[in-house]
Amino acid sequence: MNAVALASIGLFIFILGYRFYSKFLAEKIFKLDPNYVTPAHRFEDGVDFVPTNKWVLWGHHFTSVAGAAPILGPAIAVYWGWLPAFLWVVLGTVFAAGFHDFGTLVLSVRNKGQSVGTLAHRLIGQRGKILFLFIILILVLMVNAVFAWVIANLFISFPAAVLPVMIQIPLAVWIGFSVYKKQGKMLIPSLIALVIMYATAVIASNVEWMQIDLVRYMGGEEGAGIFGLGAVSTAFFIWILFLMIYVYIASTLPVWQLLQPRDFINSHQLVVGLLILYLGLFFTVPEVTAPMTNATTDVSWLPLLFITIACGAISGFHGLVSSGTSSKQLYKETDARFVGYAGAVGEGVLALVSIMAVITFFPSADAFRESYSSFAAASGGGLGNFVQGAAQLAEGLFIPASIATTIVSIIVISFAATTLDTSVRLMRYIIAELGQEYNLPVLTKTHVATTIAVASSAALVLIPEGPNGFGSGGYLLWPLFGTSNQLLAGISLLLLTIWLKWLGRNYWVALIPMIFLVFMTMFAMAQQVFFQWAMWGSNPNGLLFVFGAIIFGFTLWILLTAVSALRKGIDPNYSFEEE
Amino acid sequence: MSLLDKMKALVAFYEEVLSMPHRSEIARELRDQDDMFLFMLYSEMLGIPNPAYYYTLELYPYMMEQFHDWHLRMGMDKSPMTGFRCC
Repeated sequence: MNAVALASIGLFIFILGYRFYSKFLAEKIFKLDPNYVTPAHRFEDGVDFVPTNKWVLWGHHFTSVAGAAPILGPAIAVYWGWLPAFLWVVLGTVFAAGFHDFGTLVLSVRNKGQSVGTLAHRLIGQRGKILFLFIILILVLMVNAVFAWVIANLFISFPAAVLPVMIQIPLAVWIGFSVYKKQGKMLIPSLIALVIMYATAVIASNVEWMQIDLVRYMGGEEGAGIFGLGAVSTAFFIWILFLMIYVYIASTLPVWQLLQPRDFINSHQLVVGLLILYLGLFFTVPEVTAPMTNATTDVSWLPLLFITIACGAISGFHGLVSSGTSSKQLYKETDARFVGYAGAVGEGVLALVSIMAVITFFPSADAFRESYSSFAAASGGGLGNFVQGAAQLAEGLFIPASIATTIVSIIVISFAATTLDTSVRLMRYIIAELGQEYNLPVLTKTHVATTIAVASSAALVLIPEGPNGFGSGGYLLWPLFGTSNQLLAGISLLLLTIWLKWLGRNYWVALIPMIFLVFMTMFAMAQQVFFQWAMWGSNPNGLLFVFGAIIFGFTLWILLTAVSALRKGIDPNYSFEEE
Repeated sequence: MSLLDKMKALVAFYEEVLSMPHRSEIARELRDQDDMFLFMLYSEMLGIPNPAYYYTLELYPYMMEQFHDWHLRMGMDKSPMTGFRCC
């Protein structure tokens, strides 16, 4: 099958979803009112509440939600063949992610721009708030561990990308200072930074001494590392240690110094990446070589497919962006359809091209099966396959393969690094909030909270043993990341269900995706926890068992809360003054 | 609209998307400085002697609205000053 045709079908379904389903949601379910005074106008303060043009808001929303996760998930999930991954990304985006992002945005707009966490308190009560805090704590912990592994893995596999990524840090700090202190514009400096990064990438791809390759320094894969570890193990250890020190510093700096300017550069990279991939796809018109479905013996697609692809099909993280910032800046309530729904579609478009890059990369179906020989091989090597597949598409635009590989890995690493930075920051806030909740003032101190966040993340990423030893098993945590992300989406969908029921509207549009997600999460966790990771299971692993069991418990908790909340009538404390 | 104008509009749009989160961060920083200023202005209420108090009192009518937002941000639902009420 032709990949362009397949991608076009996917894009066409996205358009239909936006044209019809989101219209149905806007008119019949949410009953958006163009005259409703949005929080941006009502509480306008020039800081958080600022009425913003819908295109600008969409651009910001999209760049906030798109990252490395919608690339990595699909690159692993094609293990079961391209069809299951394709269908889940396309249908998930249209019916689950689109509704979820759009819905959380409207819910927040109709409740004074409050965030999902506060709304959990209002709609469910104190238990809802604590449940939410713990789910998000698990999620950010998983994000920290998985993305630290992603970056370390790419640093080891593509050493030419190391230097350009490192150069991004001082460049970002320079932009931060020049814009902040001298009130300069940021477009030109951030474009200059991008050019410098890519120029370094071009040079580093061709000059060996500019490639920081720890494994080579230690005498290749067979070489001896430190503490009796192998060379690859040592390289993982050093990179993860380095990343943790970096992220400690980065997440305690003010956001305008490093995080934001790096985001400006990353926005350019997102545009560049999407352009390269889609133009490459349409110029080279590659054939899909991966099999449509792949019979597997070790891990079944049901339910693991729905856990492996979280971002790109539905992701709870989007609800945090929708209700955290976007809802406070919505100009007109009717804009929510475009910002929320089309924002989710944007991420679906990225996930779709990630599938295309991987399934057109291999010369034959046999080569695909050789690379994706087991679920562990798929998880460990998926991202590397994406990078090389994307580079192959870029060759259609006359970019040499070695340079394209470096640039694509820089793009993925940059996304992962920003996610890591944000998520450590978020974890610090949550630890501080839990400290307040449970009267432990010591946890509210910045450095105490950051130390706990960084140390626990480092421990988590280093413990699982992969095929290359110490630290290389970070990908084993990917299903746990997927489930915790789905759980967060589950709780947002639960809030939407309760809210729509209270309003007397049709709440099945929220309830069905919620039940689907909760069911798949419980199914996956039960299967993994009790039959694989437990002591009596086929693949005993204490760490994964504990985390899996915790997530299983939380899912059960959400389910019980959902049942009790739906049976109960409207909470007398809830005010409908906003309606 | 000529092609050049369209390109300019596109660049302006792109720049606005980029600078959106930054703008709010700068505004937040400025607001924090303002809060500090007001805090010093009303320090007497917190028991910190302020020699300029009598003079700053004259500014009060001009700052009514700002003062209201400030005491809300500082966690006081009602105006902390007896005799001077804004809400």
